[in-house]
Amino acid sequence: MERILEVKDLHVSFHTYAGEVKAVRGVNFHVNKGEAVAIVGESGCGKSVTAQSIMKLIPTPPGQYKKGEILFNGKDIIPMSNKQMQDIRGKDMGMIFQDPMTSLNPTMTIGNQIMEGLIKHQNMAKSAAKQRAIELLEIVGIPQPDRRVNQYPHEFSGGMRQRAMIAISLACSPKLLIADEPTTALDVTIQAQILDLMKDLQKKMGTSIIMITHDLGVVAEMCERVIVMYAGKVIEQGTVDEIFYNPQHPYTKGLLHSVPRLDLNRDEPLTPIFGTPPDLLKPPAGCGFAARCDCTMKVCLEHDPELTEINASHKSACWLQHPMAKARTGS
Amino acid sequence: MLRYLGKRVIFMIISLFLIVTATFFLMHSIPGGPFTSERTLPPEIEQALLEKYNLHLPLHEQYVNYLKGVVTWELGPSFTEKSSTVNDMISRGFPVSAHLGFQALLVAIFGGISLGVIAALYHNKWQDYSAMMLAVLGLSVPSFILASFYQYIFSIELGWFPIAKWDTWRHTVLPTLALSASPLAFIARLTRANMIEIMGQDYIKTAKSKGLSTPVITVKHAIRNALLPVITYLGPLTASILTGAFVVEKIFGVPGLGREFVMSIQNRDYTVIMGTTIFYAMILVVMILIVDIVYTLIDPRIKLGGSRKE
Repeated sequence: MERILEVKDLHVSFHTYAGEVKAVRGVNFHVNKGEAVAIVGESGCGKSVTAQSIMKLIPTPPGQYKKGEILFNGKDIIPMSNKQMQDIRGKDMGMIFQDPMTSLNPTMTIGNQIMEGLIKHQNMAKSAAKQRAIELLEIVGIPQPDRRVNQYPHEFSGGMRQRAMIAISLACSPKLLIADEPTTALDVTIQAQILDLMKDLQKKMGTSIIMITHDLGVVAEMCERVIVMYAGKVIEQGTVDEIFYNPQHPYTKGLLHSVPRLDLNRDEPLTPIFGTPPDLLKPPAGCGFAARCDCTMKVCLEHDPELTEINASHKSACWLQHPMAKARTGS
Repeated sequence: MLRYLGKRVIFMIISLFLIVTATFFLMHSIPGGPFTSERTLPPEIEQALLEKYNLHLPLHEQYVNYLKGVVTWELGPSFTEKSSTVNDMISRGFPVSAHLGFQALLVAIFGGISLGVIAALYHNKWQDYSAMMLAVLGLSVPSFILASFYQYIFSIELGWFPIAKWDTWRHTVLPTLALSASPLAFIARLTRANMIEIMGQDYIKTAKSKGLSTPVITVKHAIRNALLPVITYLGPLTASILTGAFVVEKIFGVPGLGREFVMSIQNRDYTVIMGTTIFYAMILVVMILIVDIVYTLIDPRIKLGGSRKE
């Protein structure tokens, strides 16, 4: 399968007064053409930083791409100039942000905000761009698009704003859509509608999607593969089925146990993961999860585990996956 | 819209009435009068003078008379400058002050906004530090020092501009620069602070994710949103700068309204005090109305007349 995006050993740091925050510490993953991949993990695990790095939206300074490659269509975008990136952003990559209430410009009409990208990347005339904007609003399911196109964001409800945001990001039919928690700020019924819409559009347009979320329900609904991040690293990746039914990393297991399930006994209390993630100003030498893990061994505190292959699609970074650990426990 | 304007005009008239009343009684409570001077006048002459200007009447009658004058825009004679009426003084002084003020305003607005935007775009770089250094200087150096400094450098040393008087356009340059310094600095700081806040907003990230370049983002997405607080400040600034600046006018010998206003207070020249105050107040309330209307042009979320629909 053709890879649209490949992230290799990405390190991103932020220089703050307190010191260097190593937000992303060696992330590897890839996205195939037409595929939806989820990046999950708790707040502060580096998923948004990873996503914004892919579009190079991290402000530098204070941010810094320390190491690694981001291959988009086979070309590394890290060394690209701002000018080159501007030609890629909006045209080949689109992004949807978390909060539709703040991600639209309050003093510009929805239509103009959609048209900007079209005029820049497809050299459309204003009238043609407006026509296209109306079509796009119709595609994302906004009623009376010819009237709505002249309205301002404050005249839209939250769900409609997110639809408009999707229209903006899909205006130039990008090859890759990055959705940074697109449903977190919406209520549940609207969430379902937005997810349906995205799934629908993905099928129609063949766009690859990176879905950043901490909602495992969204993952199951939308995605084919899952990347689990913790403390700036990928700790497990696999297909949705592998992650949900055969999780290998104790953190992934913990995540799944902390979500209510309809098929289990309802009286059973949920099990949270105790403790807090490590401070990325001083990341631990060993496994980032060791301090909160039930299965911590001596090696976990001193050496960071590499991603080990379980099968072709499923990988986990845990010492329990090491051949020697397996030999010991006999599993 | 029309209903809103009508309502606003009524409120404007009420505020003007209150200002007239307050100024009138405050002014009469200051000890001394227009004919008090070091040499005491013979009582008969003083009485005659008072009677000539109707100052012997009880205060409330004077007040009613004055209100009548204001309504018909007859602001009465000046007590110290016998040859001219207050109307004459305003129509003589205001065009000069307004000319100077208008130029200073343009310099302050364009200079201030550009300086603020540059400082914000190069946040924490040398451009930012130098722009803010200029702004602090502009705010903290009083205009009389700045004015004398300009006169020394540009007139005496370099000889580029005339040192004083109000004649050709070249005469207007130095007073304009002196007058615009402090509002320019203030606008620059205000713009910078707002721009920095706006550049951190999510919708700027959205604009970047569309592939727009920094100049386009700045002009189309940031400046408009950053200007609202600046416009709030522009209303009162315009009113005060157009009606004359005493210090700058005095130093450069500009025959404007600001000079008349300050002199009239020293001389207890009742009619001139009243006249200039009312004139200033009128411009102020009109400017505030204009600012409110301009808001609606810049920010679509603001609707006139409190009819907001969500």
